[in-house]
Amino acid sequence: MRKGGMWALFRREPLLPVGLAVLLALALLSVLAPLFVDTSLAAIGSTPPRRPPSALHWLGSDTQGRDVLASLLSAVPQTLMIGLLAGLIGLAVGGLLGLVAGWFGGLADAMIRTAADVMMTIPAIAVLVLVGTSVRSMSVGLMALVVAGLSWMVPARAVRAQVLSLRERPWIDVARLNGLSPLRIILADLLPNLAPYLAASFVVAVSTAMLATIGLEALGLGPQNQLTLGMMIYWAQYSGAILRGMWWWWVPPVVALALIFVALLAVSLGMDRVVNARLREEG
Amino acid sequence: MLAYILRRVGMAALVIFVALSVNFAIPRLMPGDPVEQQFAAISAAGGQVGDIKAAMQAMRERLGLDQPVWRQYLAFLGNSARLELGVSVASYPQRVSEIVLAGLPWTVGLLGTATLISFGLGTLMGALMAWPRTPRLLKLLAVPVVVLSAIPYFILGVVLMAVLGIMWPVLPVAGGFPFGMVLNADLPSFRAILYHAVLPGMSIVLASLGTWAIAMRGMVVGVLGEDYIMLAEAKGLPERRIFLAYGVRNALLPQFTSLALKLGLLVSGAILVEVIFAYPGIGYRLYVAIGQKDVFVVQGIVLLLSVSIALAMLVLDLLYPLIDPRVAAR
Repeated sequence: MRKGGMWALFRREPLLPVGLAVLLALALLSVLAPLFVDTSLAAIGSTPPRRPPSALHWLGSDTQGRDVLASLLSAVPQTLMIGLLAGLIGLAVGGLLGLVAGWFGGLADAMIRTAADVMMTIPAIAVLVLVGTSVRSMSVGLMALVVAGLSWMVPARAVRAQVLSLRERPWIDVARLNGLSPLRIILADLLPNLAPYLAASFVVAVSTAMLATIGLEALGLGPQNQLTLGMMIYWAQYSGAILRGMWWWWVPPVVALALIFVALLAVSLGMDRVVNARLREEG
Repeated sequence: MLAYILRRVGMAALVIFVALSVNFAIPRLMPGDPVEQQFAAISAAGGQVGDIKAAMQAMRERLGLDQPVWRQYLAFLGNSARLELGVSVASYPQRVSEIVLAGLPWTVGLLGTATLISFGLGTLMGALMAWPRTPRLLKLLAVPVVVLSAIPYFILGVVLMAVLGIMWPVLPVAGGFPFGMVLNADLPSFRAILYHAVLPGMSIVLASLGTWAIAMRGMVVGVLGEDYIMLAEAKGLPERRIFLAYGVRNALLPQFTSLALKLGLLVSGAILVEVIFAYPGIGYRLYVAIGQKDVFVVQGIVLLLSVSIALAMLVLDLLYPLIDPRVAAR
């Protein structure tokens, strides 16, 4: 598995680097954007409204006088950040719960499993809508937090299943007989072997989290005064940009979102094959 | 067997109970109460409300919000059990249950049909992708379909709407039937409904086709590696027969399981597609209610989303042992 390292892996699974490269490029582009584009033009009323693309405003402006290019470049990092943040929290919480459930079993396992099953049945959008309609104002951070609370179940289940099978392996017995503490065994012997599964469920968690936030935003419950890709689409749809033929307003966020999701799919398909190849080698 | 049934029923009851409790708790955990919000909205709009404090107190009493929390909770559970979801604030005398029931057939009709179509097409496509004899060109067609499956339904809906509704206007872009039409159980009504369902249905089908195809391809490839396929080949059975009767047939079972699961998600599956196309189902009604701050309608629809999934899963769990007896034996 380790032979040849990263590059060999990338050559065998070309989908993985392609997806990662697209995501990285988008992130870099939006981080470096302030160097090339005046991002303050993303504020309401900073340009003449409803202008089609021109030499001055490459992607035109929306009905509230925001430069679309500047809006797009400040929305992409926000959307990526919500996904990453929610995915990270979801992975950390889910991974920990899965570890506890799989390693200790018994009552803890039964409780964590039941909770995960119940939460998986209740649709995320239902909880999101309830929170969204109950708070006074929504922010990017709060949204990431709420979505994270709904994306720990997949990592928890994946990690639990792996831990259950790993802890029966002979080398874990050896470690135990050597008198190592459970914490030490988990950190030194379990976690390295869980890494590919953690990575795979991280991608799933990020993707679900972004899908959920965009859904919330499209319903009009997103952060009203912060720009994300979902909010851009919401405002465009709200003002009838499609019906009015203002394609320069709604096409850029749609393309950006499509790119992000296709890249995430590529990463997750590539990751799946890596994990499965590992399974085949072991089995 | 009895233990299995009891466990599944218990699980469904637990899910419904948790959904109800979440529905009760979240709005009360947040600062401010619905009465305050409603009155704030009225006075912000410049409405004449007289003595606000007294009016708010009266409203609280009427909604039972002055009672202790445990009493409110019990009343809430009792009302929900009788499907008594309260009345709409925005369109006052109308009951929440009426609004929900009016939207249900639209959602189930649109999503049910779209899901069945994409299941059929996607499964066929996946099987063809796995067959070694399929022409290369056809296999290449799978690439765009898989890419489309990564894109959320409603994003695809926006694009389809712009292309087939605005740029090249061949299909209606909004509503479930022509504006002002009175629907009857006759052919013209049926055709009008079908015509309006094409665009939203198409976005769902296109966006979910790839998922079915990927799953089916994986299953068929797995089955074709089994020992009994080798035995069939050794017996000299024709290749087509091996593929269809041995490969595809065995791969179909798990595919049907996911279809049943998907049908359980019918109600919540395409909320955003309905919003984009102003389709008069549950999702669009939810969107409208959110816009009007119609708290009880929002809560009612949210509750319906969870309960319908819990019940669908229960039915599936109870039917599954009939298909595969191994499930209940565990």
